[in-house]
This record gives sequence, C-alpha cells and structure tokens, in this order.
Amino acid sequence: MTVVGSDTERLTRADNAEPLLVVKDLKTHFKIDAGIVKAVDGVSFELERGKTLGIVGESGSGKTVLSRSVMRLNIASNVINTGSIRYDGVELIDKSSKQMQKLWGVEMAMVFQDPMTSLNPVVRVGRQLTEHLRYHLGVGKAESRANAIELLRSVKIPEPESRIDNYPHEMSGGMRQRVCIAIALACGPKMLFADEPTTALDVTVQHQILNLLATQQQDRFMTMIMVTHDLGVVAGRTDEIAVMYAGKVVEKAPTPSLFADMRHPYTQALLWSIPKVSQPKHTRLSAIAGRPPDLINPPSGCSFSPRCPYAQDKCREEEPPLVAASTPGHEFACWYPVGSPENQEAYDRNLAAGVAVTLAAEGRITATEELTSDIIAADLINDVIDISNDEVGN
Amino acid sequence: MAGSGKAHLRPEGETVLRVEDLNVEFPVGHNRTVYAVSGISFDIAAGETLGLVGESGCGKSTTGRAILQLPRPTSGSVKLKQTDLMALDGEAMRATRTDLQMIFQDPISSLNPRRMIGEIVAEPLAVWGPFDEDEQWKIVANMLDAVGIDPGVARYKRPHEFSGGQCQRISIARALVMEPELIICDEPVSALDVSVQAQILNMLEDLKAQYGLTLVFIAHDLAVVKNISDRVAVMYLGKMCEVSESDELYANPAHPYTSLLLGSIPVPDPTADLDDTVMAEGELPSPLAPPSGCRFRTRCPLADEICERVEPQMRRVNDDHYVACHHPLVDADPATEVSLTN
Repeated sequence: MTVVGSDTERLTRADNAEPLLVVKDLKTHFKIDAGIVKAVDGVSFELERGKTLGIVGESGSGKTVLSRSVMRLNIASNVINTGSIRYDGVELIDKSSKQMQKLWGVEMAMVFQDPMTSLNPVVRVGRQLTEHLRYHLGVGKAESRANAIELLRSVKIPEPESRIDNYPHEMSGGMRQRVCIAIALACGPKMLFADEPTTALDVTVQHQILNLLATQQQDRFMTMIMVTHDLGVVAGRTDEIAVMYAGKVVEKAPTPSLFADMRHPYTQALLWSIPKVSQPKHTRLSAIAGRPPDLINPPSGCSFSPRCPYAQDKCREEEPPLVAASTPGHEFACWYPVGSPENQEAYDRNLAAGVAVTLAAEGRITATEELTSDIIAADLINDVIDISNDEVGN
Repeated sequence: MAGSGKAHLRPEGETVLRVEDLNVEFPVGHNRTVYAVSGISFDIAAGETLGLVGESGCGKSTTGRAILQLPRPTSGSVKLKQTDLMALDGEAMRATRTDLQMIFQDPISSLNPRRMIGEIVAEPLAVWGPFDEDEQWKIVANMLDAVGIDPGVARYKRPHEFSGGQCQRISIARALVMEPELIICDEPVSALDVSVQAQILNMLEDLKAQYGLTLVFIAHDLAVVKNISDRVAVMYLGKMCEVSESDELYANPAHPYTSLLLGSIPVPDPTADLDDTVMAEGELPSPLAPPSGCRFRTRCPLADEICERVEPQMRRVNDDHYVACHHPLVDADPATEVSLTN
C-alpha cells in the first residue's frame, strides 16, 4: 500500500516513550429522562503501539460505549464526557466532531459489529471504499480505484476487479465484513477499533475474519482494541484484556496471566458460564444468576456484589479500588479476590449463613432462581477447589 | 454430505419423530428454485435431544419448520409416532400441532408486546382447553414457576417489562403448557448474553428431566449444541453430513466439514494453538445451484473426482455414528443401502 507512511517512518515514531493511547478516568454519562446513565464510569488504561487490547463484558457493561468514547464518536448534547484521552500525545477529550474528522479514518478507524447495516445499501462498495481516501488524502478518481482494488485484494476478496462494482447486497455477510475492514484500513490508520467484528458471522467465517484482522494488524503495525463478549475470541488474539462490568474495568491483565490467575469473581463466572467443547455433553454450566445492574442507580459498593457468590457486607458498602496483583500489569478490583484465603473464608461464611448466595436483582428473586443459585454456588466452590489447578492453571 | 441415505435411522418403534427424504424447495421466480433442504433423513427417540448444527443457510431452521409443516415440505415423509404429518389436511394438522411446539430465536419479538404474560402463556389453553379460566391459570402459574418466573408478579405485566432472558423463559413456558411430544428450539439462546445463555441451557436440562421432553435443538454454536444434545446432526447446504452421539462426534469427527467447524471454534484459552491449517477461505455455495455430487466438495481439501460425480451415502462408523463422505477421516463401513425393515 502506497497510501500509508513508509515502514521506517513508522518504526522511528514507534520508538516514542509514551504509549499510543493513554486513557485516564474516562467517564461517559448519558442524560435521559429517567436520570443519568453511567455507561462508562472512570476507566483508565494505556495501550502500547502495535499491541492489542481486548475489552470483554456482557451487554450493557459499557464496552462499546467505551470504545466509541475513545474515538469520540458519541458527541451529543446529552452526553457528558470527562477524563482524559491522550492519543499520540494529543488530548482528545475536548475536541469537537469537526476536529475529530481529521483523525477518523486516517489515525483511528472502526470496524462495526453488523456488516449488513454498516454499509450503504445503494452505493457500490468501490465508492464506499474510496470515499475517505479521496476526502482525507486527496487521491484522484483513477488512483483511488486502483487503491480500492488493492485493498479488496489485501482483505482476500476474490476477483476484486469485478467485486468493486458490486452493491453490498450482492455479497455474503463475511465478504461485507471484509469490505468494512478494507474501508477501515484504507487510509492506513494507526489505531483500529473492532467492535464485536464477528458476532454476526458464522463460526468458520469468524475464524477467517479474525485471522485476517491479525495479519493486517501485523503487516501494518496497527494498535488494536477488540471489543467482544466472547472470551474465546480474545484469548488467543490479544496481548491484554480488560474485563468490564457496569461501566468499570473490574480486572485488567496481560492475556496469559488473566486466564492463568484470574482474581475477580466476575471474570471467573464469565469464563465458567461458557459451554466448552472439551466438556462432556450435559455438563452443568455455572450460570451467573440475575442480570447486569441498572446503570442509573448502580448498587452501592461493588457493582457485582448482588450476583457474586463471595459477597460480604463490605462488598455491599465499600467500592473496591483497582489494586495490583503479583504479576506486573495485572490489576483487579475486589475485596475478596479469587484464589485468596479471604475468598475461601467469605464463601464458607456465605454457605454457613445459608443465604442464597447469588441474590438476583431486586424484584427478580424467585423460588427457582434461589434454588439454582445454591446449585451454582455449590458448583462454584467445587470448581474453585477442583478445577482451578488443572483447568485454569495450565 | 453431504449426501443422502438412511443407514443411520433406527427401527421405527423406538422413535418419536421420523423424517425421511425430506425436500424443501422454494421457487424464487425466473424459473429458479432454492434447494433449501434436499433429501435428509433423521429420527428422534423419546426423551432425546437432537442438535442440528451448521452455518447459516444450511437449512437447519427450514428443517425445523418443515417438521411443523410450516410451510409444507416439497416431498418426503414426516412421521410423528404413527401419524404421517404430510398426509394430514389443514384442520387435522392444526390439531396435531398441539403435540409440536416451537421456541424461537428472538424472545422479545416472539411475544405480543400488547398482551399480558398471563394471557400469552394461557393462549394455547384458550384455544384447546381447558376453557375454565381458573383451571387455565393453575396450569399457567405452575409452568411459569417451573421456568423461574414468579407467576403472581408476571401475570399482569407485559413483555417489555422483562429482560431478554426472562422473555425466553416465558416463551418456553408457553411452549410447555400444551405438554407437547416434541419441542423445536430454533436458536433459543443465540440472542442472549453468555451468562443468561447458561441459565437457559441449565433450565432446559432441568425441564427435560422433569417433564421428559424431546427436543430438536437448532443452533450454530457447536459448544452450546454439545452441551445440550444427546445426538448431533451436522448439516451443510441442505444435506446431512454426519449424525452421531455428541461426545463421539466431537472427539472423532468423521466428516471434513465437521472437522472444519470444530477447528474454527475460538477456545477461551490463550495457550491453545490457533489452528491456521483449517481451510481459511471459501464460503457457502448458492443453494440456487448446489454443486453436483457431494455438496461440500468445493471447500473440501480431500475432494476428488468421485466427489464430483457421486453423491455420498450415509455410512456407519460405529453403532451411533454415521457419516456421508467418500473420504471419511475415520474408518467407516463401505456405503451400502441398508434395509430398514427390521
């Protein structure tokens, strides 16, 4: 690709000491009639050049809003953005949409979840691909067409010369997602956001798209943030993972140490609730009872405490800060972290007290749910003792 | 298969549902036809869960709906116990559908937003009886309780007051009030979060144990299907590739397509090797003009000339494992038409 800067230029810039992205205490609150939705509530992280950060959480945990806030895509009168986003030494938090336009596409780009709706159905893909090439880089018509064909080839679309004149409906979902990736890559951004890039796709196509993203990232030395609800997707493809719950990062660690030594009960519960092909059929899943909290009136103390099997009075009263774990770069926010003796004691206390350990959110408690909670709790404790060594530990 | 054949079917007396040579075709104008399902056969024993997996467009949902005769299949036979559903007229089919229920993918849009939960779940009873409202409510309340919804709280609420997971519980309750012989679950957990998905899967297992349900479980997530199914059938482009007991299928996939699917699953373990050897490219061919012979041959690394010419038939790998492939990845019996008259 001729559009992007030369490799040497990129490498010298990569020597800069400051990470490409430094986010500090970022808050995104939405004012709505019912109150203020604290979608992102005080998130901080740093991202080195060329690294991939995975952001994981359930729907409503604020992971998508976080990625959009960093890109400053949600600028509106009812949105309150505070904190600091330093990108390549430049503060973005006070930039207007107009100023951000110069950065979108060229510096940072996003691949959205749904390839069916993120392309314009009445415009040929060729024009959609070259639109910002021509806008940002002033590339001429003929040259931009050649660039577009090159881009389609680089995302492995067969026969790019004829495909360039297709409308989106003439392509399959996987192919449309490839086009979306090509659009995001067109101006050679340094930072790529992928927001659930494969959720709408089949498992075989998902595999292809994830491989494509990984090779493109390597070839172009891009920094990437991958937002997903699927721990499986991020496990092998990220350097670092941030687990979000109720607008906050509850655990953040280099990928290997997150899986080897997870400390937050939510991370653990999230991993255990996924059915795995390695388990025999009819394996009972450790479901997380209840549902994510109301972001307008989040629970006091730790926001996971209403669903947590280890929750104590302290958890319901005092919010745990992010503290460092033994591995460098590993942080978690929990008073009774998984794997510690306090955690075991807390669990034993809950079990002895006979409380339905995992209480559902207010008004949702039903007989059956309490029952299943007990089973889940029992499963969890067995798993803590039995599995943590062989399964999580390897 | 991508092929046909009935070697994998069990004797008729042991099965609740028996589908043979099912074809579903949709005319799409200009004399073209979508061959959505082409000559598949399968059966389900009482109390069994059959998982149907495959990529989107492989005809798994169409198969599920064809069992219910929605719409009527183009040809083939669908037998529920002794009744041939294909032979029934409209009114008789309507009465028989009380034995067949369906749970849909999107829980929120499958409930009428303007009706109260009590009415929604009681509707099948309002049509088929008992007609006494107190009696109906007794059944409904029982069922709501069984799916983990507080009947007293839910009765006068509307679907928008519930979360996606709760709405799915309500649709399951609605499917269960008729005490059906067979429930077809069409991607019941794909629209839900992982944590809620686990709740619903556990609940389906509990209900299955409690009520002895027989399920057809359609999903694209292989891990989910393995978790819930006793047997799994893998479909590709309107054909059946492989049928097997689930642990066996995942341990020893015999069909190259099954192996491709399994190789594509992202594993939540950073130390797992990313398998780049699985065929990176290729997409589903159009069901308007499916490939000759084995329909999977265009993406198959083992395909040769015979795959193009001859459609593979179901072959026995072992007692509960059958594959339709000329070049199975594990040893299989030679392909022969097995007579089913035992």
